[in-house]
Amino acid sequence: MKQNAQQDPGLESAGALEELARDPSSRRRFLKLMGGGAGAAGALSVFLAACGGSNSSSGTTGGAAAGTTMGTSTTSSMGGDVDIVNYALTLEYVEADFYKEVVSSGLFSGPQLDLIKAIGEHEQQHVQALEQTVGKLGGTPAPKPTTKFPLDDAKSVLTLAATVENLGAAAYLGQADKIQSPEILAAALSIHSVEARHASALNSLLGIDPSPDGAFASGASMDEVLPQVKPFIVS
Amino acid sequence: MSKPESAVADLASIEVAGISRGAFLVKSALAVGAVYGTAAVGPFVGQAFAQSSGGDVDILNFALTLEYLEADFYKRGQKLGLSSDVKALAAEFGDHESQHVDALTQTIQKLGGTPAPMPKFAFPFKDEASFLKLAQTLEDTGVGAYNGAGPSIQSKEVLAAAGSIVQVEARHSAAIRLQNNATPAPGAFDQALDMQTVLEAVKPLIKS
Repeated sequence: MKQNAQQDPGLESAGALEELARDPSSRRRFLKLMGGGAGAAGALSVFLAACGGSNSSSGTTGGAAAGTTMGTSTTSSMGGDVDIVNYALTLEYVEADFYKEVVSSGLFSGPQLDLIKAIGEHEQQHVQALEQTVGKLGGTPAPKPTTKFPLDDAKSVLTLAATVENLGAAAYLGQADKIQSPEILAAALSIHSVEARHASALNSLLGIDPSPDGAFASGASMDEVLPQVKPFIVS
Repeated sequence: MSKPESAVADLASIEVAGISRGAFLVKSALAVGAVYGTAAVGPFVGQAFAQSSGGDVDILNFALTLEYLEADFYKRGQKLGLSSDVKALAAEFGDHESQHVDALTQTIQKLGGTPAPMPKFAFPFKDEASFLKLAQTLEDTGVGAYNGAGPSIQSKEVLAAAGSIVQVEARHSAAIRLQNNATPAPGAFDQALDMQTVLEAVKPLIKS
């Protein structure tokens, strides 16, 4: 589909999200924001409906997290690690799909194509590992979403790739201190640093600082990440 | 292109003061308690092999020693004749490592621990190429070290800080690998390295 890849899809909803995060009675509004709402069958909304969609402590560096007690208790009472792994799996499904499409687009060649293929191969391995992990935890893997991405030209696609990878790294970092099992944490850390490598490499290709946050990377919460991923999920 | 295991192997082949690491270790081991028991490589090494329950403080001191090493490495590297891109990278990354040193030092103090003192280091680089090669090895080792230590960290705040730092080390590694025409992400999963492996690997770079 044609879409301005420079547009930040998350911006318009940031203020609304903060309000929603603090107000548990707004959860249905949150689900609607995500394109779901009660009864909708979309992949993302099924996932969100199952876990309440609220994981609202944002940022992992510096002072106290802004999370609501509602968010925290909901997450932990719902088999936290399964939810977190499914959240990661959803992001990885999106990334893996993205790179498959980019490779088929014919927009890239040579070393850039090699890098893109390598990254895509990693994301596919992440999908497989996380699917297995959910299974081992006795959970049901998140449904594979149907995705769509704007693929207009090489520059905008690279920019989107960098956005997605930087977001993915922040997403993993945002969950690190919420994971209960040391084994799941070890797995998450081993993926988190690879997403950071991807982000850094793509940033460098674009002439952007490899570490835009400086000496300390910032984590992002589910509430911050999911709206930015939503534009790429059809159902 | 070096995987974490070969990052450790790369360090193993480093020569310090004209002797190989292997010879260095043998010589050290001949002296009673020289390798693990004394203050030669800082108090945290003693803790690592003692039966202490220092927990997070031990892990933080381990990280602090690596950050001292990296900060000093980039500082000394900038004295080489570096191309402008690499010079800028060394300055920026070195600044990050210094900030890591400060943050880890403060965290250890907040936890009531004693920060490990900064060791003296010796880096066997002589030009940009050898500097970049060692940079890649050190950053990869750092990623492996943090990822290895992460699951043992007790405090969620400390874990969040470690995560925030390891992401930056991974970003460093990828950028340096691009300078080396090496793949920025050698595998889909970064391998965890245990503390002992990392300490043994960096020991040749520690003079006192």
